[in-house]
Amino acid sequence: MTKMIGQRAIASLLSLLGLMILVFFLSRLTGDPAVLFLPIDATEQMKEEFRALHGLDRPIIEQFGAYVWDLLHLDFGDSLRKARPAIDVVLEAYTWTLPLALITMALVMVAAIVLGALAAFKVGGFFDRLVSIVSLVGASAPDFWIAIVAIVIFSINFGWLPTSGVGTPLHWVLPIAVLFIRPFGLIVQVVRGSMLSALGAAYVKTARAKGVKNRPLIFVHTLRNAMLPVITVMGDQAAALLNGAVIVETIFGFPGIGKLMIDSILQRDFNVVLTAIMVTAIAIFIMNILIDIAYGVLDPRIRQ
Amino acid sequence: MADALLEVRKLSIDFHTARGTVHAVRNVSWSINRGETLAVLGESGSGKSVSASAVMNLLDIPPAQIVSGEILFEGKDLLKASQEERRALNGKRIAMIFQDPLSHLNPVYTVGWQIVEMMTAHGRPADAARARALELIARVGLPEPKQAMRKYPHQFSGGQRQRLMIAMALMLKPDILIADEPTTALDVTIQADVLALLKELQAETGMGLVLITHDLGVVAEIADRVVVMSQGEIVEAGTPRNIYHNATHPYTRKLIAAAPGKGAVKHVDAAAPVLLDVQKLRKTYGGFTALNDVSLILHKGQSLAVVGESGSGKSTLAKTLLRLEAADSGAALWKGCNLIAMSARELLGVRREIQMVFQDPTQSLNPRMSVYDLIAEGWDIHRLIPDKVARRRRVAELLEQVGLLPEHAQRYPHQFSGGQRQRIAIARALALEPDLIICDEAVSALDVSIQAQVIALLDDLRKRLGISFLFIAHDLGVVRDFADTVVVMKSGEIVERGPTSLIFDNPRHPYTQRLLAANLDPDPDVQAQRRAAAGRAGA
Amino acid sequence: MTDLSSAKPADIPRSESAALLAMLWRDKLAFVSAVMLLVIVLFAVLGPALLGDAAGAQNLRGRNSPPFDLAHGWAFVLGGDSLGRPMLPRLIVAASSTMGVAAGAVLSALVVGAAFGLVAGYLGKNVSQVIMRLADVIMSFPSLLIAVVVLYVLGPSIPNLVLVLAITRIPIYLRTTCAEVLEVRERMFVQAATVMGASHTRIILRHILPIVAPTLMTIATLDFAFVMLAESSLSFLGIGIQPPNITWGLMVSQGRPYLSSAWWLAFWPGLMIVITALSLNLLSNWMRVALDPAQRWRLEARSTKGGTANG
Repeated sequence: MTKMIGQRAIASLLSLLGLMILVFFLSRLTGDPAVLFLPIDATEQMKEEFRALHGLDRPIIEQFGAYVWDLLHLDFGDSLRKARPAIDVVLEAYTWTLPLALITMALVMVAAIVLGALAAFKVGGFFDRLVSIVSLVGASAPDFWIAIVAIVIFSINFGWLPTSGVGTPLHWVLPIAVLFIRPFGLIVQVVRGSMLSALGAAYVKTARAKGVKNRPLIFVHTLRNAMLPVITVMGDQAAALLNGAVIVETIFGFPGIGKLMIDSILQRDFNVVLTAIMVTAIAIFIMNILIDIAYGVLDPRIRQ
Repeated sequence: MADALLEVRKLSIDFHTARGTVHAVRNVSWSINRGETLAVLGESGSGKSVSASAVMNLLDIPPAQIVSGEILFEGKDLLKASQEERRALNGKRIAMIFQDPLSHLNPVYTVGWQIVEMMTAHGRPADAARARALELIARVGLPEPKQAMRKYPHQFSGGQRQRLMIAMALMLKPDILIADEPTTALDVTIQADVLALLKELQAETGMGLVLITHDLGVVAEIADRVVVMSQGEIVEAGTPRNIYHNATHPYTRKLIAAAPGKGAVKHVDAAAPVLLDVQKLRKTYGGFTALNDVSLILHKGQSLAVVGESGSGKSTLAKTLLRLEAADSGAALWKGCNLIAMSARELLGVRREIQMVFQDPTQSLNPRMSVYDLIAEGWDIHRLIPDKVARRRRVAELLEQVGLLPEHAQRYPHQFSGGQRQRIAIARALALEPDLIICDEAVSALDVSIQAQVIALLDDLRKRLGISFLFIAHDLGVVRDFADTVVVMKSGEIVERGPTSLIFDNPRHPYTQRLLAANLDPDPDVQAQRRAAAGRAGA
Repeated sequence: MTDLSSAKPADIPRSESAALLAMLWRDKLAFVSAVMLLVIVLFAVLGPALLGDAAGAQNLRGRNSPPFDLAHGWAFVLGGDSLGRPMLPRLIVAASSTMGVAAGAVLSALVVGAAFGLVAGYLGKNVSQVIMRLADVIMSFPSLLIAVVVLYVLGPSIPNLVLVLAITRIPIYLRTTCAEVLEVRERMFVQAATVMGASHTRIILRHILPIVAPTLMTIATLDFAFVMLAESSLSFLGIGIQPPNITWGLMVSQGRPYLSSAWWLAFWPGLMIVITALSLNLLSNWMRVALDPAQRWRLEARSTKGGTANG
């Protein structure tokens, strides 16, 4: 188990390095920040000064070396746009994205597991069909479209909820609701399928022969076995949320990591882009380790 | 039998499937009292487990449907009882154990928890349950009960897992224990131990035992009464002795006649040339020695049986000879050339001369290939019989040779029964006109009556085509019927070898003796004599 | 149950495809999905040629004209857009790019992923361990963000979009194929083929691939929906398809400024995406059962009870 996590740590570190190199050089190819940041009538001299100030006039390899050197001192550079350390900007965005992702994932987990397990237990029944249809539609709908339709209905027509921004708890309702739908649809189906195969397992027959009641039969004997594939899918979905719900955050003007990324790319704010990608990769790495541990806790066969 | 403790009365159950309704059991009646052992004997598909599943409320309804009949427990019809009443009976009054305890134990909970749950599920306090569990785990013969409680099912051996299942079933001192093929997947010596344990526990607790089995030997060993099932109906009922000696129904007679181990023993022709000479073959996996300097000689036209229990290395021997696994050292001279050190090109030639028939034809035949493609594949590989018409004719011939019909060529494996599939596998092996066929447990997945047919087919091929056989098996009866020479393996070594008659009539190595003693004879009288002899030896 | 008496086949042999079609007909939802997809594919193939002109023609009086109003002709039955172009022909024409990008990405990812997965899985545990880890790493990348960066650098064009989407999806096929092959290569019939002298190529193509293919088909169908959604997200952000090309995702984006005045601009293309993705999901669910001989009885059993909603 420890060995497995160690291996994963090394692999992740290497991939993080590769990712950094890739994004660093790619992002330098997108265009000149001096052109974008300074006013249109800026003189060539002003542009030169701007580049010299931010080290953009040096050869790209040298820039990369300097960047890595600073990174080793935990200096992620400054945001050009906000004139603040990039890491601060990114972490601030995370204070918005993290609760959004956590709340959404918690709701998804509870709803998907309970509904999926119950649907599987009464397979083919009315409830099962209802859950299946709802989840399929949920998994098939693009989130930007749901966001737009939700805004038309709840904000424009009824005026119940704000269209964008943050500030009140009400501002969280639509983003969470929209983000909930797709992961919920996907995970319910996985829970249901996984539960179905677990309910057909021989040990369930043993439990029934022992006289175990229905509720422990589902939630104790079967669910734990059925959780393994579910956890994998949940991990993927949670990673997608940590990635920043780019689209939903953009539509709802939610100042999270996804919106920050898009804005920074559009404005050639390299340091922020790089920092954001690295922090996200680290967050996903930590989550993967948690998933590995969860596997070990759930299934003793993996522990050895 | 008016007031038996448990009585199944005129029970009929249908299964609704795509291919129409299957009458799984029809008009089945049996009963059991405390202290008795009833065996339900039948081959696969006979419906022998269905009525027991109905007793335990384990049938999925639908697709199953209970058409008529009653299941009376203490005079009360369980089929009219509520789900909750039936749940309360399960485990407490009637308990059940199954074949393949690994899949029937929950892999993610400790065995201690699972055994304790038997009592907590019925509202008993957990500490009392734990004490009883410890006591029972010791009783069924597992060392260190405290540590055992904390372990998971995968950390035990097959025999130990079945003992744990038995301990679990006995937690609430049930009146009746239903055992569904409890020893089928176990080695013969372990089967003997588990059956002995069941008998002891029955004597101690006075419970009734319903034993579902396909094995006449198990019936002879343990049953007081037996019902024989075929195609969903009870065709015969009585005591094991009566049934064995005076069977009236043709099916029962056929079953008894098919029981292996009663034919004349064959004799080896030592003058025939040597075909395969295995010298000091060795194979290790990490620190585990699977083959420890194994040597044997196979003559042309001979059928050599390799006998052993699981872990004896007998399958590794086959795999190494076929180069599916690389040997560590040693040689295997095939017509004078060393198989083990052969180049890929030389090996391709030998691949035509040595064929293999695997244990389970369901798995050894590619499900997406037609019978024609399966049989003709060897010709594609070895570029033989290029002419289409000739191929078709040859496939038809081969199918007839193994007892199938030429028109079967266009079908797929899943459209055949298990025995037919094994015939297809044999036809595939014959297609390349091999000198040697290696059979790895080739009949052990088949029903007894079909086993006998397939063995007869192989024997016929040996006589007519002069093919040699390396016959790997655990079932001594089958070996006795088919082999002329026997090699006994244990822990990667050959412990005894000799002509079949000598090994069976006069075994010298203690392991061979133990193996033969554990092998159950279908004749209840023989088993009774053996028990008496063992009792005298023990006293 | 005796051996030879059951020599008569249990079912009449008929062609595999006919049997599948009959099964599809029995599952009404899957059948409707298949028909829907067929119609959309027809749109995609024939749409640009037949309706290309109608979709581009501007009718200023039809600007933001509401749906279900035939005053401007049948083309405006679903309304007109902000430039006075009819919605219905535009939706049909947009099917072409939408499906084209998704099909291109899925096919390339499938071929590359499956080929590497077959080889890696066949070579055994160690090689596939490395491959699986690599796939894990790619999967743990923030893929949408990388797509955004890459498209900014390379410039948003259809080939680049296909490339980016394909690369992010390769790990899915790689992982699945690799895991399945690792299992299939241990099966008895593969050993049987080895014993007969079959070459590695023969074993991979003749014995392993046919077993793995149905799973890959099922995943590809599901993935098609996923890729389509990803493409529409990128197009929605303005870095996917660029005008004058149109996809449904881009149409939603273009309709967004008119949410309060002309909801239909964003609604119809979104609905098309939902319908297509839903059909793909339903069909994939059906395929998962139908193409697996071990599970097929579930569908066949259904014939006796009439169609039900799900498998």
